[in-house]
Amino acid sequence: MHDLVAITALGGTEPRVDTIGSVTCTEVPGVALASVASRMGKEGKSAKALAKLIDAPAPEVGRWAGASICAFWAGVDQWMLEASFDTHEDLADQAKKALGDAASVTEQTDGWTRFDLTGTGIPSVLELLCQLDLRKITDDSAARCAIHHIGCFVLCRTSESYSIYGPRSSAGSLHHAVMTAMRSAL
Amino acid sequence: MIINHPLLGPRDASEFTYLGDASLIDRPDWQAENASEAFYEYGYLRDNPAGEHQELWYHEAGDRSWLVVTRNTLTHEISKVELARDVARARGRSK
Repeated sequence: MHDLVAITALGGTEPRVDTIGSVTCTEVPGVALASVASRMGKEGKSAKALAKLIDAPAPEVGRWAGASICAFWAGVDQWMLEASFDTHEDLADQAKKALGDAASVTEQTDGWTRFDLTGTGIPSVLELLCQLDLRKITDDSAARCAIHHIGCFVLCRTSESYSIYGPRSSAGSLHHAVMTAMRSAL
Repeated sequence: MIINHPLLGPRDASEFTYLGDASLIDRPDWQAENASEAFYEYGYLRDNPAGEHQELWYHEAGDRSWLVVTRNTLTHEISKVELARDVARARGRSK
């Protein structure tokens, strides 16, 4: 058996944590992800099955919902599922079982990297990073946008806690963008 | 320029990429008798209207939806934005 060391998207053995002013940016590696795309003519069925899986109504346009498994809106009749990797390593399999032939499910774990921003004054960081209308963002918002030309998802958990998902292969660039914005805004 | 996305509301044009004339939705039947002529027209011939023009835009930095945007080529005024799949279905595509 090889003795391999797991590394995070930024290459460290421990998740990177940076605090600048009132905001902390934390790398979050322990996330299982899967995408769900409803099949044509089965949109209603897949929304129902998704609601059962996440134990909450399927999120509407630009929203997220759920607890242990959380779903956020990614496009028309499409969602991304996120859950803790420790308890839901087989998230895509669980989703496929729940959704059957109503939707196509694709494993996304480790395709994305997540940075959590916590603290006060996050909107002043985000307004430098993306074009989202931050005045309209509420505690259940999830939106896709471009951050430094990188396609990202921005989730608002509470007014003092946001998550940013970006492609894992661009983790360094995304982290640099977030750090630059935090340094100039805070 | 702002494109009023039918689901997400007003979004900056820099989030979108432009493909071309919305007639690209009407892909000809490749098994038809006149398929080669129809594909020649589909591939190369475009109207170039001075006025209302329907065009395909892709929300690349957003929800990745395809839109049919009706834009006046003289004033750049956008009068209508629809999801391309709704337009295609209204024209009998995708059943």
